Amino acid sequence: MFDPVVVKMLALGFLESLYMTLISSVLAYVIGLPLGIILVVTDNGGIKPAPGLNRVLGSIINLLRSVPFLILLITVIPITRAIVGTSIGPTATIVPLVIGASPFIARLVETSLKEVDKGVIEAAQSMGASNFEIIYKVMLPEARPSLILGAAFSVTTILGYSALTGFVGGGGLGDIAIRYGYYRYQTDIMLITVVLLVIIVQVFQEIGMRIAKLSDKRK
Amino acid sequence: MGVTIKMRTGTSLIQIRGLSKVFQSSSGDVHVLEDINLDIKQGEIFGIIGMSGAGKSTLVRCLNFLEKPTQGTVFFDNQDLSALSLKELYKIRQSMGMIFQQFNLLMQRSVLRNVCFPLEIAGIKKKEAEERAYELLKLVGLSDKAHAYPSQLSGGQKQRVAIARALANNPKVILCDEATSALDPATTQGVLALLKDINNRLGITIVIITHEMSVVEEVCQRVAIIDNKRIAEVGYVKDIFTKPTTDAARRLVFPEGKRVEHFTGNRCCRIVFDGSSSFEPVIANMVLEFRQTVNIIFADTKNIDGKAFGQIVIQLPEDKLMGEKMMAYLRNRGLTVEEVHDFV
Repeated sequence: MFDPVVVKMLALGFLESLYMTLISSVLAYVIGLPLGIILVVTDNGGIKPAPGLNRVLGSIINLLRSVPFLILLITVIPITRAIVGTSIGPTATIVPLVIGASPFIARLVETSLKEVDKGVIEAAQSMGASNFEIIYKVMLPEARPSLILGAAFSVTTILGYSALTGFVGGGGLGDIAIRYGYYRYQTDIMLITVVLLVIIVQVFQEIGMRIAKLSDKRK
Repeated sequence: MGVTIKMRTGTSLIQIRGLSKVFQSSSGDVHVLEDINLDIKQGEIFGIIGMSGAGKSTLVRCLNFLEKPTQGTVFFDNQDLSALSLKELYKIRQSMGMIFQQFNLLMQRSVLRNVCFPLEIAGIKKKEAEERAYELLKLVGLSDKAHAYPSQLSGGQKQRVAIARALANNPKVILCDEATSALDPATTQGVLALLKDINNRLGITIVIITHEMSVVEEVCQRVAIIDNKRIAEVGYVKDIFTKPTTDAARRLVFPEGKRVEHFTGNRCCRIVFDGSSSFEPVIANMVLEFRQTVNIIFADTKNIDGKAFGQIVIQLPEDKLMGEKMMAYLRNRGLTVEEVHDFV
């Protein structure tokens, strides 16, 4: 089984998986982070309450969160085609991954930011800080350890999603596992892809936890 | 520490006019403050005291418009805060420092960068801000902790950092919201002494919100007593201490609330010390023994060679039996006791 062709295929799958996961994570944070901030800021007890906006945004996020990822994956194919030009391969997979991951990242960010002590925010207000300054000088830095843990969690979840996209020809390790392991009963190849996925998850989780711990000045 | 401008004391720095605050809740409107009028003078240490729930924390937040009054307004340095734009309000808040019960330091920033924080907000350059922050940390006696994080400090040290931070932009006033309530008595003394020193040396007006009369007594010149949403009494601390005119003031001055308002019993007894008893605190011991107060009407005793001479007239409690017991107790101590009527 360790003939050069298989090894090359696995190496490529490994890189594709990393590529999909990392690019999707970054893009999902580009969308999810501001949404999470808006959720906290416009909340009833937030620094700029806007109940209407908060409710609408919350509902959209819940809606997207409740659609099973496999259904979402198929539903967004037209959008993927419109953006990437094709619906198969790792680059095309980034579109459903971003759409699927942004809402839960928004909720993760929301949870992290809500942990920030209200008193500290009030202190910043008493010094004349604007809402914008409070967001980027108080809320985000104070929630940093929790945000980093959330990011590690997001990356590993997106990796899991990316493996699922193998069913629709998404590329990466998941694709290999399904084509060789599932359709052709080549259990050894499937096992290797699973081991590789486990390693990636472990590494990202560990890195995330270490950075979070190092950056936390509360203890 | 910069140039200290000698403040004209006596002019008002903060004027509160007809201020009311109503919070809307699901169960209807909650009136927290009603028709508050106060003048806080430049350079004074002003106390605002009240029981918990009296609305004092809301009142202090109205002073810098962290809470917007429902009615009325606040003039700070002759500017009507309700007439300011948000931007102007941010600007004016930079001249009002505030410290809190829970310190509210940024936990992910070092002590130095916490003190730099308000300077960053004010747009001061980093190098200049750090120089100023070192200066302030020296003032509060924490130079050696500049690079520590708040979690490594004790409560008293955290409050000192908060004070340094509040001083950063040369404020005209420091608002203290229960600033010593989370501290032990010794640390409280230290923090209060520091505030007093800042007021003395820099002429900064200080407003202290507290529920502890001892804090007011320690540092404030004037005090307002807030009770049931309103200002019950305002005046010099020594006046309110010696002759409180409202129930709210009396409750605070005699915090046990056990002050005997009407001592109507007119049974008195005279205790004669003829040198046969030792000079022990016999009345105090009796009060402790029976857990019942007596009123000392007249006393003239001397300690001669450890023996007590003279006499004391006390007013006995209303309860007849208790009065008898007390007289018996005193006789047992070898004293001459006789009942006197119509002494009062």
